[in-house]
Amino acid sequence: MRRVVVTGLGTINPLGSNTLESWDSLINSKSGISKIIKFGVDNYPCKIAGSIDDSKIDDKIVSSRDQRKIDRFITLGLIAADEAINDSGFISKDESSFRYGVMVGSGIGGLDTIYKNSSILDNHGIRKISPFFIPSSLINLLSGHISIKYNLKGPNSSPVTACATGTHAIGDSFTIIKNNKADLMVCGGAEAAICPLGISGFSAARALCDTFNEYPEKGSRPWDKDRSGFVMGEGAGVLVLEEYEHARNRNAKIYGEVKGYGMSGDAFHITKPSEDGNGGFRAMEMALNESKLNAEDIGYVNAHGTSTPVGDMIELSAVEKLFGINKNLLMSSNKSAMGHLLGAAGAVEAVFSLKSLETKILPPTLNLDNPSTETSINLIPHVSISKKVTNIISNSFGFGGTNASLIFGH
Amino acid sequence: MSDIEERVKKIVVEHLGVEEAKIQGDSKFIDDLGADSLDTVELVMAFEEEFGCEIPDDAAEKIVTLKDAVTYLTANSN
Repeated sequence: MRRVVVTGLGTINPLGSNTLESWDSLINSKSGISKIIKFGVDNYPCKIAGSIDDSKIDDKIVSSRDQRKIDRFITLGLIAADEAINDSGFISKDESSFRYGVMVGSGIGGLDTIYKNSSILDNHGIRKISPFFIPSSLINLLSGHISIKYNLKGPNSSPVTACATGTHAIGDSFTIIKNNKADLMVCGGAEAAICPLGISGFSAARALCDTFNEYPEKGSRPWDKDRSGFVMGEGAGVLVLEEYEHARNRNAKIYGEVKGYGMSGDAFHITKPSEDGNGGFRAMEMALNESKLNAEDIGYVNAHGTSTPVGDMIELSAVEKLFGINKNLLMSSNKSAMGHLLGAAGAVEAVFSLKSLETKILPPTLNLDNPSTETSINLIPHVSISKKVTNIISNSFGFGGTNASLIFGH
Repeated sequence: MSDIEERVKKIVVEHLGVEEAKIQGDSKFIDDLGADSLDTVELVMAFEEEFGCEIPDDAAEKIVTLKDAVTYLTANSN
């Protein structure tokens, strides 16, 4: 039985331009949410987001010339991948490069690039469309770029499951290594949809927070009674997953083990989760079964917790149902601090889950002033908690009724 | 150096990220200056923009060096 461990972490997100910086912000209750200044939002119901300042993008990793030829989501993904691969200390060798793969997805991909080129086509005609338009906006081109840059010739793919993308990418990569189709996978998600079309579209779907425009940092408030929708964030998270013996043979630092992966479909509604939480419940249950752990063995839930009126309660009730026997369970939402990174969310939250295992600190749920329901689960309001936990489950749920859960442990 | 040559060189420097000193008249965009086939399409688009002309595909295919571009644009730009 092949075991799979995590040997590299990388992220850029609204809380910081690398793992250490963003983790430090997260556990010190800092918020990455601010007013949108990149484009005019006067007529937009939601005027806040978790944006990454352009000055945070290191052009030594992706040159400004190359950035012009790729959508922002690919730039952010390449930066997180560079950190994760450097962190793992791994260098691909030609003779074994076909055993090393890439699976980094995105929920939406190059939305802003598509928008801009659509406008160029309408206003200036076909001769002004850049030859880089299609390769800069296709979702799997991020996995393609990573494979080219780091010589990774194994499995190469990109899941697209809306807000569950990052979690599916890690889970599917875990399965690939377990099934002996690769020894190492660079996996995760990237997103850059804070653009006019992205904010408009999610606003039209009534998914975004529109009640805290004057107090951006208070906008994302999972489980709080005043929550009104999610706050969009951008960024990327990338993990290096590796077969255990392969990692040991090269004396790699091991952050933790991927112990279980579950996935399910709601078959209910295009944007709403199934009301009884059955989809999320079954994803968590499948992960728990694969891990061969019991409900009492899980110490902390890194929740999907988007700050939407419906979704938060459904997740909470599914967690209570599966882990109710566990009286010491803690749960919090990283999205309260960085916003919802859509297809990158699950991957960044996986990075933070592994930091929790490493540092024995569980990050807080910001703005949880008045929980809208009573629960026996400690939702870690406002400030982080120091506590050693052995196993963590991380959830992601997406539009279309897609659910994914991962269990990481020591 | 002619005005056209100077403008062409500037575009090549911007789009291919190469140092101006490394660009010779007979430097090939792909073989010598690190461009790929998509870069050359974009270069031609930039020449069209700068010189206000339309370069047909069969003519564009023959522009493989700085000198080719300068010769074509001298004969065809407004």
